[in-house]
Amino acid sequence: MIDKKIIEEHNLTLEEYEKIVQLIGREPNITELGIFSLMWSEHCSYKSSKIHLKKLPVTGKNVVQGPGENAGIIDIGDGLVAVFKIESHNHPSYIEPYQGAATGIGGILRDIFTMGARPIALLDSLRFGPLSKPKNKSIMEGVVSGIAGYGNSIGVPTVGGDIYFNDCYSRNPLVNVFALGIAEKNKIFYAKAEGIGNPVLYVGSKTGRDGIHGATMASAEFDQDSEKKRPNVQVGDPFKEKLLVEACLEVMAKDIIVGIQDMGAAGLTCSTSEMAANSGAGIEINLDLVPQREEGMTPYEMMLSESQERMLIVAKKDKVEEVQQIFSKWDLDAVTIGQVTEGGRLKVRFEGKIVVDLPVDAIINLCPVYKRESKIPSYLKSETIIKPFPSPENYSKTLLKLLSSATIAEKEWVYRQYDHTVQVNTAFLPGADASLLRIKNSKKALALTLDGNSLYSYLDPRTGGKIAVAEACRNLACVGARPVGVTNCLNFGNPEKPEIMWQFKEVVEGIAQACSAFNIPVTGGNVSFYNDTEGISIYPSPVLGVVGIVDDVSRAVSPGFKKAGDSVILLGENKEELGCSEYLKCVFNMEKGIPPQIDLKEEKRIQEFCLETISMSLIESAHDISEGGLSISLAECSLLSPLKIGFSLAIQDDMRLDALLFGETQSRIVVSSSNQKVKKLLNLAKKRKVKATVLGKTGGDRIIIYHSNKKIIDIPVNEAYKAWKEAIPDIFQVK
Amino acid sequence: MKFGVVIFPGSNCDYDTYYALKNVFKQKTTFLWHKEHDLKNVDCVILPGGFSYGDYLRSGSIAAFSPLMQEVKEFALRGGLVLGICNGFQILLELGLLPGAMLRNEKLKFLCQFIHIRVENNKTPFSHQAKKGQILKVPIAHFDGNYFASPETILEIKKNSQIVFRYSDAKGQLNEEANVNGSAESIAGLINKAGNVLGMMPHPERASEVLLGSEDGRIIFESIIAKLS
Repeated sequence: MIDKKIIEEHNLTLEEYEKIVQLIGREPNITELGIFSLMWSEHCSYKSSKIHLKKLPVTGKNVVQGPGENAGIIDIGDGLVAVFKIESHNHPSYIEPYQGAATGIGGILRDIFTMGARPIALLDSLRFGPLSKPKNKSIMEGVVSGIAGYGNSIGVPTVGGDIYFNDCYSRNPLVNVFALGIAEKNKIFYAKAEGIGNPVLYVGSKTGRDGIHGATMASAEFDQDSEKKRPNVQVGDPFKEKLLVEACLEVMAKDIIVGIQDMGAAGLTCSTSEMAANSGAGIEINLDLVPQREEGMTPYEMMLSESQERMLIVAKKDKVEEVQQIFSKWDLDAVTIGQVTEGGRLKVRFEGKIVVDLPVDAIINLCPVYKRESKIPSYLKSETIIKPFPSPENYSKTLLKLLSSATIAEKEWVYRQYDHTVQVNTAFLPGADASLLRIKNSKKALALTLDGNSLYSYLDPRTGGKIAVAEACRNLACVGARPVGVTNCLNFGNPEKPEIMWQFKEVVEGIAQACSAFNIPVTGGNVSFYNDTEGISIYPSPVLGVVGIVDDVSRAVSPGFKKAGDSVILLGENKEELGCSEYLKCVFNMEKGIPPQIDLKEEKRIQEFCLETISMSLIESAHDISEGGLSISLAECSLLSPLKIGFSLAIQDDMRLDALLFGETQSRIVVSSSNQKVKKLLNLAKKRKVKATVLGKTGGDRIIIYHSNKKIIDIPVNEAYKAWKEAIPDIFQVK
Repeated sequence: MKFGVVIFPGSNCDYDTYYALKNVFKQKTTFLWHKEHDLKNVDCVILPGGFSYGDYLRSGSIAAFSPLMQEVKEFALRGGLVLGICNGFQILLELGLLPGAMLRNEKLKFLCQFIHIRVENNKTPFSHQAKKGQILKVPIAHFDGNYFASPETILEIKKNSQIVFRYSDAKGQLNEEANVNGSAESIAGLINKAGNVLGMMPHPERASEVLLGSEDGRIIFESIIAKLS
């Protein structure tokens, strides 16, 4: 019998339970309740976010597939499409960092090859607590090894991403993983269950008891006992998934299957009911035929298991043998466990009895949608005010301090553990403004980036959302790529708290406005709520993944200075904006103030201008100004320069010097240009109404900045390089 | 002249190697399937990088038992050219075609980075187009590349000039820092006594195009091609 306690244990409300009873016309049995608890979980149903996500622009002439499928698809020309998506694996990564992160990679890759695309790139956006705490260090070490362990083995390069540190992630780290694949436009596969009587095949790993309730776990707050949920985390097997990729792509190259869906969160339950619902059909399966790793599993356990590396295929009736032959070539199980039926019901047999008989429409489409209450958070009043603070006495020292802060410091310690050159497409090594992957047999390249500053979003969510989009697009512009599609991972606290809901609503509004202004469609993504541990929520943390196209890879531009004697030019305007800066956090331990504001029109003008100068080969390097401000961006141009070229520059603006050096005003890019091209560049800037200021020249082996004829920064490049390069290895005590 | 690239379950540089041979060097190239007993009359067999069988046991240990490896062994004993890259090197060690073994990298982390290797022996079919002492910039990507052998074996391979590549710095100096994975004698590439089977940890196929950051890996393929033509 289902009682109140069981309902609560399944994370359903009594109202939701009553709706289930009403929809199916009777009380569900325990397996059926388990199915609803998964598919009506926040993680699977988007019940709290749906109404807000409608604001995002999702259409465009290049969109082949918008939100709602395993991944979004954008036409990239020459008969090819890019298939990409971002997903969170936050909770599992906190409980069991290695496997949590590893299975996150496994899951996102399945989303990509399920659609017929060969995955060619992984990026990840990671958020940890400060590394001064040993626990955070061990989480980071585990997560990075997990990503490496899975991604390296399966042979998909991890080419970039970002990492931020903040105490709000100490009890709730974020692991957001992005994958992109390439497919032929006329060979895309969907999660369809068409053709009554067509066989349903189970392929891949055997089913065990691992991961039961994973999706429900991702839909609740954590408490002191969260460590006990460790058995809920699945264990990844990248080798098995590598075989699955090859077998599935081989099957897809032939005309022998109708539809395919991976078994990710909610395993068999989700794949069967989604495929059926997508096609208005039903599915009947027999659990006795499901390959099992353990004995004595109940239907409940089998339907809710999240064992990894499994897929469901609807094959053409007379092609089953051919499908099985291919899987057997790759030493994988491919077993017919049921068929497509008429009538839109999910029927599950077990030991001769029907143990589940539910309308798929109820499972997939009729989950209640909530318009949750929202309220402006009370913290905004006090936290947005910055009390007066002194200016530093020695700006050189401050610059070095910022360069060695974990958020700004060089991340080679991390990306050296990732195979980022496999598949021979990696044109830019990690560390550039965007990752750059050539498209074989073409002049084009794909540029990829992930971005999101959560402190901005905490203190002005709408602006935070806008900036996340703007900065990601600016990163692309700096390498010479035009943005073509967006995927987003929205990490927030408990949406049942009105203040969290307000943050969410505002961030989505900001993202929507920016995407509309830049005219780029959102093709999907993921919402991760309930990032709270013991009642404390993370900062609102949108992570934007933007995909761009470079028409001619030979013209792409990297951030490092190229040669001595080039002119350094600032595009955009300096403003006195120090709120939410890395400088305030790092030097004064203040996470306060109002983030820099952004004018989307101006932003677009700067980006368009940068793209134009790159297409005309007017610039040698381009680097976006973000955390740490103008001085950090300039220093990075030296540190990322293959020859470690220094510079001597002068800045003039009349404002607080620390704001000029370290403020994070948006819509600014630092470029360098050969002297004979500077005039042309400045003329073009004037024509395009972009402010372009020549700051000085590259050269020498020092980083020198003057203000009002006074030298305010003077550091040997080597010293800056050491501070920047060794900060993270020093923390982990390896070099 | 024809190249064969073996596919083991878990190989992940098979396509990269095929791409380099076929598209960059315009060579006839075919895949060889590990379950078969057919070398398809190729003139050079390449065991590519990857994680054969997941490398859950010792790297390369299970792949060494693949059906096709019987033919590869015979082919090598007949003097056929065999190149093992990364996981392929590990497999050659497991097959016993090369002496020694691989340990985990000294610092116990996977390492993916551009490094430099110095050509120690340019009298092999895989390196004769290079100058002795030439420095090549090539990437590595491995967890188990810390070459190990008994002192007697090390003496033996040195005596026979079997060390083809050593990890060095950009100027060709050998030192601890340049020997990133801690290999004995800074060994990055090792050839058998007969001089027809080479194992190397760096990936020449990832350094055959300017776009990818280095073309220095070309010299290895160009040497093989020149030798076979």
